[in-house]
Amino acid sequence: MTAAALADFGIVFGRVAFVMMFILNLGGLLTWVERKQSAIMQDRIGANRASIFGFRILGLFHPLADAIKMLTKEDFLPARADRFLFKLAPFVSVFFGLAAFASIPFGDTLRVGDRVIPLQAVTLNVGVLYVFAMLSLGVYGVMMAGWSSANNYALLGGQRAAALMITAEVAIGASIMGVIMWYGSLDLQTIVRAQGGLLFDWIPKWGILTQPLAFILFLTAGIAATKRIPFDMPEGESEIIGYFVEYSGMKFGMFAMADFLETVVIAGLTTSLFLGGWQVPYLYDTGFRFPWGAALGLPHVAVVLLQVGAFSLKVVVMIFVMMLIRWTLPRFRYDQAMRLGWLGLFPLSILNIVLTGAVLLAWGGRP
Amino acid sequence: MKAGQRFYLREVLSGLVLTGHHFFANMGKHIAHALGRKDARGAVTIQYPEERRPYSPRLRSLHRLVRREDGSPRCVACMMCETVCPARCIYIVADEHPNPEIEKMPSRFDIDLGKCVFCGFCVEACPEDAIRMDTGILEFSSYSRLGMIYTKEMLLALEPAGPDGVPRSPVPIPADRTV
Repeated sequence: MTAAALADFGIVFGRVAFVMMFILNLGGLLTWVERKQSAIMQDRIGANRASIFGFRILGLFHPLADAIKMLTKEDFLPARADRFLFKLAPFVSVFFGLAAFASIPFGDTLRVGDRVIPLQAVTLNVGVLYVFAMLSLGVYGVMMAGWSSANNYALLGGQRAAALMITAEVAIGASIMGVIMWYGSLDLQTIVRAQGGLLFDWIPKWGILTQPLAFILFLTAGIAATKRIPFDMPEGESEIIGYFVEYSGMKFGMFAMADFLETVVIAGLTTSLFLGGWQVPYLYDTGFRFPWGAALGLPHVAVVLLQVGAFSLKVVVMIFVMMLIRWTLPRFRYDQAMRLGWLGLFPLSILNIVLTGAVLLAWGGRP
Repeated sequence: MKAGQRFYLREVLSGLVLTGHHFFANMGKHIAHALGRKDARGAVTIQYPEERRPYSPRLRSLHRLVRREDGSPRCVACMMCETVCPARCIYIVADEHPNPEIEKMPSRFDIDLGKCVFCGFCVEACPEDAIRMDTGILEFSSYSRLGMIYTKEMLLALEPAGPDGVPRSPVPIPADRTV
């Protein structure tokens, strides 16, 4: 293998590793974020007892303690369960949650020497479709879990999850159509790049401004796709029994992990489509250029770092918003969620497509 | 239901504003606390084993036997508490008191706290004010039923709680507990 091929391999490995690190660490940290954020919202302190040598550092050891607890618990296998599918299901859930992030760009291109490295794990010209495909494949893990548990309650939970997922996917797909029409591409990198432009020469052309209705619809459907409160009727930990009722130990933990990973993916997707992805307002390839005439030159590496940092910050803010929603709203009843999905989100998404089309027609092309 | 409520989004936003306000207000107080403003409290939590909420002086907690000046129990083994106890958790064996002016004293005074319902009748019934429930101790526990039986010596050793209700004597450790 030549040095150039080795370098190529290293670059690809690095891109994938960065995305994996980003999403896995963020997903693992979300258990802590969820505890602490909910505690602070509810005038509590939250888990702060796990300590190593007396150090507690705001309860940051609790995810670690959780992982140890789950790994050392009994790995229960129901007597009449389908052994293969039962064991496969949590891995399917986690795998597609991880894979979905691959085509989300976390920065523009990094130039090292004569190489141009695209800052996303996989460059796909159908990135949006890929993310949706991975997200909807994730529900197969849930359905497998429900079916293979040999437990009717688990089966019903899996069915609810499947119904909810279809509802959410349709609404997501339809709500995203306006964005795709507006930016004219299915490639997430192209969409993010297009959001770097300025509206009326001073407003960043982020998707949330050009497609506000789609943003609300997509966020709602996206939260439904993560199967978390207020759309947690597949699980319903507290009273209705969900698809993972027969799971224990780390397999159960993987389902919880998959939910957090999907939260990160939805946050990343929302960031890419509506919040300008890695775009920093008025930051261009050579540095800041403000609309009032001021300019600040920056080296290429600083620009890239700013972009990656901006993407991470936006994802974290989106996760904060999703957590805020999760700890504010009560759960929808099953029929309410279905009604909201099919009679609320879906028609409004269609309306958004029509409106976007009308605006594009009246404007005579994309502004 | 009003039309505004049927249009779910506005209500969601008002709810998010409420919880978000709580988050940021509490977060600000937590940061102020960390920076040295000790009166800023972002949470109502009482960190229980280290901190205690003040107990009411009327709290009925673990019993204690009141001592005379010479250290002997004030109890005269009249059996009033044993008789009134609805849970029948008190067991007294009477004995002669060396002082001829005092008729009797208990040679055994056991309370089975596993049975006790903390009604306080024994305290009310006692004519000698010899039993009180003012130690402020709530955390007695044991690994066996036998360990819940507190003897005369254990009950005599206890002190009343401080003015804020915080116990002054340590939690008695039954025989089957090492910690």
